[in-house]
Amino acid sequence: MNFDMGAYGVYIWPAYGVSALAIIGATVWTVAGWRRAKAKLAALEKKK
Amino acid sequence: MQFLFRYANPHNFMRLSGAVLPFFALATVLCLAAGLYLGFSVPPDYQQGTTIALLFIHVPADVVAEAAYGAIALCSLLSLVWRHPLSDTAARAAAPFGALFTALGLITGALWGKPMWGTYWVWDARLTSFLLLLFLYLGYMALWNAIEDETRAARAAAILALVGVVNIPIIKFSVDWWSTLHQGESIISGKIAPVYLWPLLLMMTGYMLLFATLWLIRIRTAIMERRARNLMQGGPA
Repeated sequence: MNFDMGAYGVYIWPAYGVSALAIIGATVWTVAGWRRAKAKLAALEKKK
Repeated sequence: MQFLFRYANPHNFMRLSGAVLPFFALATVLCLAAGLYLGFSVPPDYQQGTTIALLFIHVPADVVAEAAYGAIALCSLLSLVWRHPLSDTAARAAAPFGALFTALGLITGALWGKPMWGTYWVWDARLTSFLLLLFLYLGYMALWNAIEDETRAARAAAILALVGVVNIPIIKFSVDWWSTLHQGESIISGKIAPVYLWPLLLMMTGYMLLFATLWLIRIRTAIMERRARNLMQGGPA
């Protein structure tokens, strides 16, 4: 594998960084929302 | 159509989606890992040098951005014509991801444009129609939030989504119909060298699987939130 992007690294690495942040962020947001909804539903069903 | 309606039942959808999700998640990680490994092992392009590395994140983001809009339009059609019970939920759940991948396509494209074209942005047909896609996503989400009555909101959003779908072929063929700074299509026509094609296909598959995984989780979340709302109002779950 080659990570030496030469002079173009100033464009390539920010693009990869933003993409990684967006993907990780979207995954965390999605899973956190699912867990919240699951916990809320379980608590309500228990109360019933 | 019968097949679709069988899985439109939220109970069946939860069961089926719960079964396939772990495989989708695993396939996503495997495809992205293999795509990145191959992507960082390719030689520099004879014209674009090392910026070819941007191909592997720019094109997949664009593909998902357009596919997500296609999914929203299809769900909207199912909702308006056949009153498919889950379609509004599915359409709404896809929008944030579509907007995110559109933004990623624009950002990675701008960062590729500067070293290759000498500018981050130009108002050519491809870039402008792709920016319009972002505005369509934002408008779609805003419309859902602006109307309080969920049935009316769903109807209005579905109509907007179907009107906006005309932009998808415009994005696709913009590079053929008009003289654009953005390069033409190179995958289907076979112009791309195989050494770049394979990592690109893996990354495209990985991005599509990632979208499918996140989308399914969002739909499941929306179903559970609706059940919780019904329980709080004293109705059936």
